[in-house]
Amino acid sequence: MSILINSSTRVICQGITGAQGTFHTRQMVEYGTNMVGGVTPGKGGTEIDGIPVFNSVADAVKETGCDATVIYVPAPFAADAIMEAVDADIPLVICITEGIPVQDMVKVKRFMDGSNSRLIGPNCPGVITPGECKIGIMPGHIHSKGIAGVVSRSGTLTYEAVDQLTRLGIGESTCVGIGGDPVNGTDFIDVLTMFEADPETEAVVMIGEIGGTAEEEAALFVKEKMTKPVVGYIAGVTAPAGKRMGHAGAIISGGKGTATEKMAALRDAGIAVTESPAEIGSTLQQLLKKS
Amino acid sequence: MNIHEYQAKELLGRFGVPVPKGNIAFTPAEAVEASKEFLSEDGGVCVVKAQIHAGGRGKAGGVKLVRSTDEVLEAAKSILGTTLVTHQTGPEGKEVRKLLIEEGCDIKRELYLGLVVDRASERVAVMASPEGGMEIEVVAAKTPEKIFKEIIDPATGLIPFQGRKLAFALGLEKPSINKFVKLLTNLYTAFTASDCAMVEINPLVVTGDGDLIALDAKLGFDDSALFRHKDIEALRDLDEEDPCETEAARYDLNYVSLDGHIGCMVNGAGLAMATMDIIKLYGGNPANFLDVGGGAQQEQVTAAFKILVSDPRVKGLFVNIFGGIMRCDIIAEGIVAAAKEVGLTVPLVVRLQGTNVDEGKAILADSGIDIITADKMDDAARLAVEAAQ
Repeated sequence: MSILINSSTRVICQGITGAQGTFHTRQMVEYGTNMVGGVTPGKGGTEIDGIPVFNSVADAVKETGCDATVIYVPAPFAADAIMEAVDADIPLVICITEGIPVQDMVKVKRFMDGSNSRLIGPNCPGVITPGECKIGIMPGHIHSKGIAGVVSRSGTLTYEAVDQLTRLGIGESTCVGIGGDPVNGTDFIDVLTMFEADPETEAVVMIGEIGGTAEEEAALFVKEKMTKPVVGYIAGVTAPAGKRMGHAGAIISGGKGTATEKMAALRDAGIAVTESPAEIGSTLQQLLKKS
Repeated sequence: MNIHEYQAKELLGRFGVPVPKGNIAFTPAEAVEASKEFLSEDGGVCVVKAQIHAGGRGKAGGVKLVRSTDEVLEAAKSILGTTLVTHQTGPEGKEVRKLLIEEGCDIKRELYLGLVVDRASERVAVMASPEGGMEIEVVAAKTPEKIFKEIIDPATGLIPFQGRKLAFALGLEKPSINKFVKLLTNLYTAFTASDCAMVEINPLVVTGDGDLIALDAKLGFDDSALFRHKDIEALRDLDEEDPCETEAARYDLNYVSLDGHIGCMVNGAGLAMATMDIIKLYGGNPANFLDVGGGAQQEQVTAAFKILVSDPRVKGLFVNIFGGIMRCDIIAEGIVAAAKEVGLTVPLVVRLQGTNVDEGKAILADSGIDIITADKMDDAARLAVEAAQ
């Protein structure tokens, strides 16, 4: 078991003929992901490394029976791509693209009301179940199969945490990047709920950052609903107010969304908070020894 | 991206939001000329307003009410060229380079009206308050019951009843109620059509005749959407932005100036923040946030390096890379090229991890440049703090 994806997940890539799409499709195939198709409007009927390309997501669904899609479409067209995937009823839609206008995402979220699709991202590294399936841009080789579920708003900072978990022999069950945008598909609570229910996940690492209140809400959820140990880290203690720190969603506005507030909320929920990004793995190791 | 008040009013005016008449002036003489439209020999009132990208200008002496051209001249001379320090400029303040000369208006009431993309509802939210002229954060903290909120469905846009609800909550009377609904509808259209991130009308004035006028206007735009608004991008005022941040943006680098002494170069926004934090944890202070991104080329790495060493406060450099798509050997080549080109005058600590780490390390080792290396993030941070002392 794992969450969201496993070795039988059938994946298509939207934007497969673009440089990013082709490169990462090859990387995913190399990792063992079951890539069954791709979509580029106007290039239907062609192939990339033997993977069939379709004109529309609906065609791809019909021909391949895929249950997940990964989107590498450039930002100006990415909202359209997400909505096309949702319209085709793909259960899992993972959008890697960074820089989608926030009002496009407002429309996407409205379009998704009542749909059965789950969106991960945008502006995220994707999802990986080590040894089974990698959907996204993360370096596969740093992961190892294990017991820690990882959920994060960041990309490389997640790699950092994963690397620590792998080196300590803890390993990961599934790692989910929920992305750094202010309006996104899946939040911490959605993923924490899945980790709590997943028998393979014994502990959780949650990596947040400044901006918004998603971490505070997640903390409340952990306090009330979770039985598994959780380690938390929040990036941006030294970030100045009112400045966007790279991610569109990483901004302290009106004095709200500081790292200090978030860490306090996490601690209050009984989460083991580490102030050092270098000690995420070791903090979890200690927690596992205790339990 | 932010724009000036005069630019914001021009934009909102085009969408049918009532704004006062005004003219822009760069010199005291131009200010006098610009005021003649509003002042006559038998009186009249106009306002001289400093144009900087920060609120709190009134309190800092950047806004003056004047009744004659002599007073305009005096006010313009006293404001132009001065550095205004407000709660939003930081202690260094901002130099005033232009003035907005605006007609006066008959103020009966001052209200607050703001639009933002609300993260909780994931929709555009309107906030209105009868406490105009005050900072909305202060109102929210002290008297949250005085803030009224409506969430707008992107499929329908603002529905008139939502406007009326707010108008009644604000205590508006006929004929201002319908005027408010119309103003808000136009404001929402301006917000979505221009891909705003934030609009603030503070104060929104009710005049003696019951008219509504946006007496101040602050607009912020979604940087991610500027590709489809070349006209708005053209309003960018580089004088208002940090030169290092502007230079970094030219190379698609995310850079934010801070006030510490250790220059940082990192890939990824989250790891870049974490790097700043770990520097602080080991007793140092980061000079900047710098995310070179996931797909940086050697040229960008070199540009990033140059920006860091151009800051005279920087006493040491810390490069922290976790290679994913970004390969460590590319970063290493960029560092070596940049160090050779600009010369290394401060200690450099490099920590590489992830994709092609061995190739990256070999490039650094063979470069002949004095580089302190570490494998782990905490060791590297400690070394960077020590080296920069």
